Amino acid sequence: MTGDVTREATDEVIAGAERAAAPAAEPAWHRLSLRLIPVHLSWLVAPVVSGIGTLIGTGGRLNLQALLTIASFTVAFLIVAGINLTRVLTTGYRITDARLELRSGLLFRSRRSVPLERIRSADVTARPLHRLLGLATVNVGAAVHGASAARSLSLDGVTLAQAHALQQELLSGRAARLARRSTAADPDEALDPAESSVPAPVAELSWSWLRYAPLTIWGVGGLLAVLGICYNTLHEMQIDPLKLGVVHQLVAAFTAVPLWVAVPALLLVLAALGTVVAVGQYIEGWYGYRLEREDGGVLRLRRGLWKHRSVSIEERRLRGLELVESLLLRWGGGARLYAVATGLGNAEENRTRGILVPPAPRAEALRVADELSPDGQPSPVAAELTAHPRVARRRRINRGLTVVVLAAAVVALPGIWVPGFLPAAGVVAAVLLPGAVWLGVDAYRALGHALVGDHLVARSGVFARRTVALQRTGVIGWTVSRSVFQRRSGLLTLTATTAAGRGAYRVRDVTLAEGLSLAEQAVPDLLAPFLERD
Amino acid sequence: MPHPDGPRLRPPHHRVERRAIAWWMVRAALIPVPTALVTGVLYLLIPPARLVFGPVFLVVALFGLAYLTVMPLWRYRVHRWETTDHAVYTSSGWLWQHWRVAPLSRIQTVDTVRGPLEQLFGLSGIKVTTASASGALIIRGLDRGRAADVVEHLTTATQATTGDAT
Repeated sequence: MTGDVTREATDEVIAGAERAAAPAAEPAWHRLSLRLIPVHLSWLVAPVVSGIGTLIGTGGRLNLQALLTIASFTVAFLIVAGINLTRVLTTGYRITDARLELRSGLLFRSRRSVPLERIRSADVTARPLHRLLGLATVNVGAAVHGASAARSLSLDGVTLAQAHALQQELLSGRAARLARRSTAADPDEALDPAESSVPAPVAELSWSWLRYAPLTIWGVGGLLAVLGICYNTLHEMQIDPLKLGVVHQLVAAFTAVPLWVAVPALLLVLAALGTVVAVGQYIEGWYGYRLEREDGGVLRLRRGLWKHRSVSIEERRLRGLELVESLLLRWGGGARLYAVATGLGNAEENRTRGILVPPAPRAEALRVADELSPDGQPSPVAAELTAHPRVARRRRINRGLTVVVLAAAVVALPGIWVPGFLPAAGVVAAVLLPGAVWLGVDAYRALGHALVGDHLVARSGVFARRTVALQRTGVIGWTVSRSVFQRRSGLLTLTATTAAGRGAYRVRDVTLAEGLSLAEQAVPDLLAPFLERD
Repeated sequence: MPHPDGPRLRPPHHRVERRAIAWWMVRAALIPVPTALVTGVLYLLIPPARLVFGPVFLVVALFGLAYLTVMPLWRYRVHRWETTDHAVYTSSGWLWQHWRVAPLSRIQTVDTVRGPLEQLFGLSGIKVTTASASGALIIRGLDRGRAADVVEHLTTATQATTGDAT
C-alpha cells in the first residue's frame, strides 16, 4: 500500500508542478465515452450463451466438469468486465501545447505524457460492437528514445468524432508544426495551401481482386484454426466431439465409400471451404479499402467490413516499398505492396499496419508504387535488375537436392529392417526431384539487385518473392556475411540494416567485387574506409 | 577472383585478447564434456547397455573434441574490431563469418556485457545498438580496461551527434 501512496503523492507533486509551470488555461480532460459501459457488460453475455449452448448441446444433463468450466468462465469474465469499467470511468486524455497526456486507474493511478513530436502514428480501429455505438479505438505510436520499437498508447472507446479529431490533431498538427519549423531552413518542405483540397484516392478496392483471395493460404489455415478451437472448447467441457451425433454420421458416411473416392472428396471439400473462408476474410479485411494521400504528407489507409481500420503513415517516415509475391499469388499474376517505414512497431505490426495494397493484380500494386514514388518517377520496385552469378543457381539447386536426399533417407531408414521401404525411398526421390530442381531454378531467377536513383533494389525468395526498394539514405549500416560454401564460391550476402520495416534487407549471393561495389556506391563513405584494392 | 581490381574487405585493425581462446574453449566444453563423462560412466557401469552408450560416447567425445579445439582457434583468426571517428567495424564468426559496419551517427546505445565465464577470464564485451531492429554489433573478448576505454570513446562520439538516429 505504501507504494501506492507514494506513487499517488508523486503524481500530485508532478501535477502541482505542472500547474505551477503552466498557469495559462490548460485544456480540459477528455473522457472515454460512457456508451462503452454496455459494451463491457456484454462480456457477461459470453458465459451465459456458452452455458445455454452447453445445456442444449448435452440435452440438459450437465456434469460437474461442465458446471465448473462455466462457473470459472463467469468469474473470469466478471473480473474482465470490472477492470474494463474502471478503466472507462477513470481514463482521460488531453492535448496540451506540446504533449499528449493520458491518465487512468483507480487504485494504481498512472499518468503518461508524450511529446507530440515523438508521436509517429495514430490509428483508428472500430470493432463491430464499437461501430454499433459509434465508438472507436485510437492507437498512438510514439518513439521512445533509446528503444528501437515504438511504444503504443491506446484509447479504447472514444466516440468516432473524437477519434478522428484526435487523429487529425496528432498528425496534421504535427505536420504543420514540422513545416513551420522547417520553413526557415527549407521552404520547399512548407505546406502549399493550394494543395489542401480533397484528394483523390491513390487506390480503391475493385471487386475483381476477390479472385486473388483463394490464392492466399489463410483459407485452409483459418478453417483448421476454427475447428481446433471448437474441438478444444468442447474437450475442456468433457464433451467428446467425436461422439456427437453429427460427427458420427459424417464419419460413417466417410468410411462407407472407398478410400480413393473419400480422400479426394475430403480434399475437395477442404479446398472449397478454404476458398469460402479466404474470400470471407478478404471481404472482412478489405471492404471499403481506400488509400489516400492527405495534406501534410500523410498516407491514410482505411479498410474493413465489421472491424474498421484506419492506419496513417507519414510519408516522411517512408524509407521504401516492398512488393511481395507469394508462390500461388505469383502464379495468378498477383502481388501485395507493403510500406517500409519507421515507427510502425514490431515485426507483426509492420506486417499488419504496413500493408498498402491487398492481394491484387501485380500491375495495380505497381501502379500504386509508381504513384507513391516521389517526383513522378516510375517506382524502383519495377526496375530492371542485375542477375546474380550462375554459382548462385547451383547453390539453390543443391539446396533442393539436399532436401530430396534427406526426405528419401527418412523413408529409406526403416529399409534396414523392412526391405519394402527401399523402393519407396526411390519413388519419393523420383517424385520430389523435378519439383526441387524447378524450385531451385525459380529461386535463382528471383535473385537480382540494382541501384535505381536514390534507391537500393533487391529481390529474392521463392515461396514469397520479395522485391524491396530501400532509400539509400535509410541504410544505417552494412553486414557482409559469408558461409563456408559462399567463401568457396566467391560469393557474399550483403545486408543493409535500416530503422524501417523488418530492419534488415538482404542482397543474397553476389560476387565479392559486385557486392562490395554495390555497398560502396549505395552509401558512399560508409564501407569505403574498410575496402582495399590491389 | 573474377575482378582482379575489385575491392576487398580489409580486416579490422585489432584482434581480440588471446585469453578469448580459452574462454571460447571452456564455453564450448560446457555441454559435450559432462555428456561424454556421463555416457562414459554409464558405459562402464551397465554392461548390457554398452551397445547404446558406446556409440553415443564416441560420437559426443569425437565431435565435442573437434568442436572445442577447432572453433576457438578459428574464431580467434576471424574475430577483429576497429573504431574510427565515423564508424564501428567488426568481424566475427567461423563457419559463417560476418563483417559489420555501423556509423557512429546512427548509434543509439553502447553497453558493456560480461557473462560469468568472461569475468573469470577478465574479459568484457561491448554491445552497440542502432535504430535497426536487426540486431546489435557485439564485440566479445576484449580486455576489461580496453573495453571501458572503447565504451567511453563511443559514448562521447555519439553524444556529439543529434537526432534519434532513425
